[in-house]
Amino acid sequence: MNKRTIDLWVGIFVAIGLSALFFLALKVGNLLNFKEERNGYELMARFENIGNLKPRAPVKSAGVVVGRIEKIRLDPKTYEAEVRIHLENQYQFSRDTIATIYTNGLLGEQFIGLEAGGDSEYLKDEESIKKTQSAIQIEKLISQFMFSQAQKSPDTPDAPTGNAAPAAGVKKK
Amino acid sequence: MIDGITHWLIGLGASVRAGVTRLGFATRFMIAVFKASGPTFARPRLLIHELYHAGVLSLIIVLMSGLFIGMVLALQGYETLVRFGATEAMGVLVALSLVRELGPVVAGLLFASRAGSAITAEIGLMKTTEQLAAMEVMAVDPVARVVAPRFWAGVISLPLLAALFSTLGIYGGYLVAVKLIGIDNGAFWGQMQAAVDWRYDVGNGVIKSVVFACAVSLIAVFEGFDATPTAEGVSAATTRTVVTSALVILALDFILTVFMFRGSAVG
Repeated sequence: MNKRTIDLWVGIFVAIGLSALFFLALKVGNLLNFKEERNGYELMARFENIGNLKPRAPVKSAGVVVGRIEKIRLDPKTYEAEVRIHLENQYQFSRDTIATIYTNGLLGEQFIGLEAGGDSEYLKDEESIKKTQSAIQIEKLISQFMFSQAQKSPDTPDAPTGNAAPAAGVKKK
Repeated sequence: MIDGITHWLIGLGASVRAGVTRLGFATRFMIAVFKASGPTFARPRLLIHELYHAGVLSLIIVLMSGLFIGMVLALQGYETLVRFGATEAMGVLVALSLVRELGPVVAGLLFASRAGSAITAEIGLMKTTEQLAAMEVMAVDPVARVVAPRFWAGVISLPLLAALFSTLGIYGGYLVAVKLIGIDNGAFWGQMQAAVDWRYDVGNGVIKSVVFACAVSLIAVFEGFDATPTAEGVSAATTRTVVTSALVILALDFILTVFMFRGSAVG
């Protein structure tokens, strides 16, 4: 094989090797945010708590993916999470649409579900969804449950001690 | 009885001494290679020739293995993730395991068996046919002319091959996860991008592959240079290259992982 062909192959090898490195850093490691082509519109939604919602998570309506989450930031004045949603042009939502954060399965990723209302006017680009419902946090649910159990317990205060007393008696024997 | 034990002890001592001497020679050889590296970069023609043999000719096996390993990883990962309803984390699983571990390690193992063994056999045969001795007679330093270009070709090729391996693996994982199983495309890439840090994960993966590249290339050229100049000697040296490289890669990988990723949590 002559020298020029070897040069060519080595050049190709080094070029695709370096481009693989760039791919890993950029696309996989997300060094820069790649913007996809824009054809659609954007809406804002404010949530008290977004849980584990991540950028690029899907936005679904009736289970169908209609858009993606573009960006999430904290509003420094109201301390609410401000989520930018990118929706496809073919899907229009009425002004009284409700945005809720759902979890896919028990441990799955979170996404925003949109439930369209009955308003005849549609949300336009850069408008915000008024009605939102925050993510359900399992820790909060558990603590609420524990709290309500603790409040209930005065009704049957003797149940645990009643069980413990004979056990102690058995031990003494 | 006593005679047998003495005999055994003498043998043990001799083999330990031979091993330590070899290690010393390997270290001296490594320094000699680094010292003789100047001419390699002054004459890139030699380096490019070796890059072709070590890098370009290893492309097919590395790319194909990467693709298949990524696809298998996605299939097996799905089995486990689906039980927890967390199949969207597939992108994270595939990307992290490839970029951190499998890319550098498996590409290193493949490189050792594909290119490392070839380098050893080539240098060993040069020694057997007294080409290296002939060079010395002509006042050409065989370390600078033969060994250093092959060493640096290995050091340059393996990180590139490891990056290609990871890339193709992630693509293979994408094919199975998104196209075959039907996981959401955005969740696959989005969760991957949220979990993989380019400096921490990708950078450490590249450092790993550079370390493996130095180790494998050094073992390959050393075994060739140190081969007993017979047909059997060359074949034994080639075998040793592959075995030692594999063990060294895995041992180094453990050490590097302990240093790089100890106590890290993906979140």
